[in-house]
Amino acid sequence: MPQTNPKISDTADSKTMVELKGVCRSYGDEWEREEVISDFNLTIMPGELTVLVGPSGCGKSTLVNLIAGFDFPESGEILINGKPVTGPGHDRMVVFQETALMPWLTAYKNVVFGPKLRGDLKGAELEAEATAILEKVGLGEFKDKYPLQLSGGMQRRAELARAMINKPLLMIMDEPFRGLDAMSRELMQEFFVRLFEETHRTNLFVTSEIEEAIFLADRVVVLSNRPTSVRQIIDIKLPRPRDFHMLSSTEAFEYKREAMEILHEEALKSFKQTGDQSDFIEAYSKRAE
Amino acid sequence: MADAVQSAHDTTTVVRRSKLQKFLSNKTFWRGLTALIVFTLLWEIGSQFKGWFGIEIWWVGKVAPPSDVLTTWISVVQRPGYWESWYLSFSRVFLGFIIAQIIGIPFGLALAVNRYFRDIFFPPFEILRPIPPLAWVPASIIFWPTTELSIAFVTFLGAFFTIVINVLGGARTIDIQYLRAAQSMGATQWNLFTKIILPGTLPSIFTGAAVGMGITWEVVLAAEMISGGGQQSGGGLGFFIWSSYMGGAMEQVIVGMISIGIAGYLSSSLIRYIGGVSMPWRRLF
Repeated sequence: MPQTNPKISDTADSKTMVELKGVCRSYGDEWEREEVISDFNLTIMPGELTVLVGPSGCGKSTLVNLIAGFDFPESGEILINGKPVTGPGHDRMVVFQETALMPWLTAYKNVVFGPKLRGDLKGAELEAEATAILEKVGLGEFKDKYPLQLSGGMQRRAELARAMINKPLLMIMDEPFRGLDAMSRELMQEFFVRLFEETHRTNLFVTSEIEEAIFLADRVVVLSNRPTSVRQIIDIKLPRPRDFHMLSSTEAFEYKREAMEILHEEALKSFKQTGDQSDFIEAYSKRAE
Repeated sequence: MADAVQSAHDTTTVVRRSKLQKFLSNKTFWRGLTALIVFTLLWEIGSQFKGWFGIEIWWVGKVAPPSDVLTTWISVVQRPGYWESWYLSFSRVFLGFIIAQIIGIPFGLALAVNRYFRDIFFPPFEILRPIPPLAWVPASIIFWPTTELSIAFVTFLGAFFTIVINVLGGARTIDIQYLRAAQSMGATQWNLFTKIILPGTLPSIFTGAAVGMGITWEVVLAAEMISGGGQQSGGGLGFFIWSSYMGGAMEQVIVGMISIGIAGYLSSSLIRYIGGVSMPWRRLF
């Protein structure tokens, strides 16, 4: 990217380590508890892009909420650089599944929302930084547009910009490209991987697509079915900078096969669990609530 | 890559035209005008010939033709009482409506954000809500010292419940992701309220206002008919219709009806205008 502002990429970003130790979380009342996450252990290495892949409904979003501090584990702990998570904070920024840009604010005002609120960047300095970040994500001309005036891909980039300006220690992406059409999805993946390779900001990326995971990741963490725990960690040794041709290499194919096999097993388990008809109706009524 | 996406969205060319030109080429405007003219013509023909195109319909001729209504209107317009009725009805509507907004919006927001407040005040609110405003007329005449106050009170009730329900519903359905995003960017509880809940509820506030304004007009007219219009001369548009009916002046009744239609249209246009100005992100399409 041509307009690189040195202030945007804070080198400290790439030194964040996140540890999850024996994290458990279940929902429901005393009589009917459902364990969603059980004994979850994972270390997110500094400067790495860790991708979580798991069957749908396996508790990936619950995990995101726990790390972001919107929810708390019943047992176990989550440490960011050795300090336990006590609630939401701007050291961890989440890019949500569906866009969470405030529809009543323009792209620019969405981006300056955080710094303005905390008052840690002001006036001309804030304006310069916000403009630089918007330029970086290719929205320089669109800064005064409202989110609804932007395409799906642009909305995601605006949201990335809004997260980046807060200089988080950890970036959390919760299926950020879901719902985009295939073309913009590919463009966004490429854009995102470039951004990461430039800053090496510690990153946790959640997805249900294996190819996306392999293309982006330093490490792919395959999750088990509910209750969720780490099933397998696959180190992706594809060279950086990444490009899409690498996905057709033998290596990538091997990674894909390995991940597919495990995911298939896990998906089968969940199918058997919910195969019973009464369970199915129960699951459906829960979803309808 | 970014440039490719941008240029695809940058192809709209701006054609500069004067406001009048724009207005005159607006098809919606011409269609609306044509509909009004055709309607008036059919009405005129129906009243004059007691039916349409040679087919007689027994009930058609009962209504005065628009030409007579217009003549009556021209003479009515010269009486100060008519304009005083406009003024009285408008001031009653706006008094009740504005007080309903001032009390209803904070009340609805408090119901939405505070569980204890909701637990205490929602049940009585829900019991009072289904009572039609007009059922309050006898009680409010006894309770309030002047007729003017009791009309204002009934008008207030008409708008209040609708406003509260809309604000409550709007505030409760704000996407939790906005709140979470703001929270992780360091928003305090107060920030969440002013920067997320308030703007997020604004569309519902204006929906409530538009519906509430309609109800206010209905209620104020009925209240004026029942209460006899208060002590002042003129007595409001509702009283104007009622007294015209009592005096057998059917043309005047229609004048009153159309006046109310215009008054209601002006009021809701005002709300739409304010809504558009205060919610620029809703004016995009």
